[in-house]
Amino acid sequence: MTEEPKIGVYICDCGFNIASVVNVPEVVDYAKGLKGVAVAREYKYMCSSPGQEMIQKDLREMGLNRVVVASCSPHLHEATFRRAAEAAGANPFLVHMVNIREQVSWVTKDPRRATEKAKALVAAGVARVALHSPLERRSVPVRSEILIVGGGIAGIQAALTAAEAGRHIYLVEREPSIGGHMAKFDKTFPTLDCAACILTPKMTAVKNHPNITLLSYSDVVSVDGFVGNFKVSVRRKPRYVDEAKCVGCFECIEQCVYKTAKFPSEFDLGLGKRKPIYIPFPQAIPLVAVIDPGTCIEFKTGHCKQTCVDACGDRDAIDFHQKEQLVDLDVGTIIVATGFHVFDASRMTNYGYGKLPGVYNALEVERLAASNGPTGGEFVLRDGRKPKAVAIVHCVGSRDEHYNTYCSKVCCMYSLKLAHLVKERTGAEIYNFYIDMRTPGKGYEEFYHRLIAENLHLVRGKVAEVTDIAEAPAEEGRLVVVAEDTLLGVIRRVPVDMVILSVAIEPQPDREDVRRMLNMSCSSEGFFLEKHPKLAPVSTMSDGIFIAGTCQGPKDIPETVAQAEAAAAEAIALTSKGSILLEPNLASIEEGLCSGCQVCIPLCPYNAIELDREKMVARISDVLCKGCGVCVAACPSGAISQRMFEDDQLLQEIEGVLSR
Amino acid sequence: MIEMQKQETEPRIVAFVCNWCTYIAADAAGVARARYAPNVRLIRTMCSGRVDPQFILTAFEKGADGVLLCGCHPRDCHYSAGNYKTLRRYTLLKKLLSQMGFEDDRLRLEWISASEAEKFRKVVDDMTERVRKLGPLELNGGD
Repeated sequence: MTEEPKIGVYICDCGFNIASVVNVPEVVDYAKGLKGVAVAREYKYMCSSPGQEMIQKDLREMGLNRVVVASCSPHLHEATFRRAAEAAGANPFLVHMVNIREQVSWVTKDPRRATEKAKALVAAGVARVALHSPLERRSVPVRSEILIVGGGIAGIQAALTAAEAGRHIYLVEREPSIGGHMAKFDKTFPTLDCAACILTPKMTAVKNHPNITLLSYSDVVSVDGFVGNFKVSVRRKPRYVDEAKCVGCFECIEQCVYKTAKFPSEFDLGLGKRKPIYIPFPQAIPLVAVIDPGTCIEFKTGHCKQTCVDACGDRDAIDFHQKEQLVDLDVGTIIVATGFHVFDASRMTNYGYGKLPGVYNALEVERLAASNGPTGGEFVLRDGRKPKAVAIVHCVGSRDEHYNTYCSKVCCMYSLKLAHLVKERTGAEIYNFYIDMRTPGKGYEEFYHRLIAENLHLVRGKVAEVTDIAEAPAEEGRLVVVAEDTLLGVIRRVPVDMVILSVAIEPQPDREDVRRMLNMSCSSEGFFLEKHPKLAPVSTMSDGIFIAGTCQGPKDIPETVAQAEAAAAEAIALTSKGSILLEPNLASIEEGLCSGCQVCIPLCPYNAIELDREKMVARISDVLCKGCGVCVAACPSGAISQRMFEDDQLLQEIEGVLSR
Repeated sequence: MIEMQKQETEPRIVAFVCNWCTYIAADAAGVARARYAPNVRLIRTMCSGRVDPQFILTAFEKGADGVLLCGCHPRDCHYSAGNYKTLRRYTLLKKLLSQMGFEDDRLRLEWISASEAEKFRKVVDDMTERVRKLGPLELNGGD
């Protein structure tokens, strides 16, 4: 760097966020005295338009050649300030951010010490930025295809939106049919329109859309590459029925050697039965049969009469020799819409789930309510009786420090919906046991009031126990729900015939595998972590990977759909120019210093380093290097450097943070 | 008199944190308004594998009483295995430092993921207290 550094330091109050703890004027005065600093200023909101203009004006009029912004995390606004500098004609990489909000004012009690820490961080930033050089971003081509993982309502909506925009979509679903949890519901709150009527047309649209390749009964095995150029491997599980030949006529199922269905249906959560060859539900997409080799006689003994094959006839769709297939896909972006898992209510032994046959979880009750369900929409108990009184227990596994402390957000509303459906179809007395009734949302509070008018018994209190041990004649042969009614201040024992547990929305059990495969992070609850809760709610820390729906956190259908469309829009926006700019933080080798020792070569996780055998020096490929810097730290002759993280820059930063 | 001075000086600790896990945890600690000791100052690198042992020695030389090295958990590295390289270098450096007479608590390696804001707070406070107990690092110029 030949030019003398002329540094501008801009310290943000962030309203009261920083200024209420850090003495900003004092830090400004301190910064003015640092080597190379030409100007230091304070402003209320540095990221706002006047704040950015203040920096731009100084860049133009004072001839600054370096900028330090001391404000929030660079993960929030580094891009903002780089853009501002660029617009003023400066190289964006001559800007450095110092984090005095997340790392100082928000976490330090003592204003004196917070101010001292802020000074040290500013000193470090100033010392570092003086050594910055102008850098160029690299442009890399990006593919426009989008991989969507998960075919629930989130994945379906994202697929349709992006496909309509002309993108090619690969939609991967691990179950035999798309539709996810929503396909299991009978009606949706607060409108009580039937889930199938709003979902199944979308499922059909997915099947018919020329831009969508649906890979059902498949899972993603590996993802390599980086934003714009992901290489994905998808495993297609054998259905033992040729998808191209099957017309979904159900003939094979009817003619199966099992005359009656006797195996628990996964789709009906075990409440209904299926045969070894089955279609999970009549509206399935794709409408293609699947054979379960675990129960099929041909697979178990090799001596079945194969009546299904005869029934299929000339269509010849059944293929007992079908093998698992690996399909390779090239995509530019990935949308993760892997959904949720319901809380296992048997963990709360006091509620008797899994032991008392009259106790159901809410998802099972959705299947009982559904007209395509095992009972054809009738609320019939496992013993065939119709319930005369039903208890609905809210917050099962939610808002409970033993299980999940968060609120699952949808349970109050779906509990009210189920209350309405059970009442409408059975005339039973309904008791909703709730802690707090939470119904924020468009038309939701109105729905709650409508339900109150339907003469529900609303009991405010967390249920202590569900038992079949009677203490009074009226309790004989029934389930008794024990709870403290906190509004009346009494313990109540309510005899009922059916208990519905409003179970929490939990992250999928295999989210760790998905997270690792896609280089994402999880929140402490296990939901995938968005890049920023407000400003980048569907982006992740991995560029080109977006999230939508309940894999990001509990949410209802309208929110899921909105997020799915947002994720589709983000994926389209990212790749619409055909190329993207990548950060210039790559490693490079100074040939004159390289001794050809090759220590660096096996360290590189991306095989980006090669030996030039003629010159006996190592070379780093700009295309393959991802800028981790592992090789830089290993080079014994100091021949490797990493742009944006040069040794001397970091050493200056170390000295700076220790200066006070 | 020397004892008095020891009590008055606040320990200074440099923490090297990776961009993807621990830096995010620190941001999350901020968002949660977790209060922790201001003694620890963060230096961000893309991967903990970028941290040259020389940086740690320089930190001690320039006045750090303790150094904290943080990265993603094993198997979680954003660059697939940078943190394993960190672990190897740390183990070697730890031996070297112990031979040079550094107390064990002066250098610490912790895996802190993006979701572990509370762990970040605890580690920072615990490290600060341990280093405070040791007192200022006194380098005697290699005698």
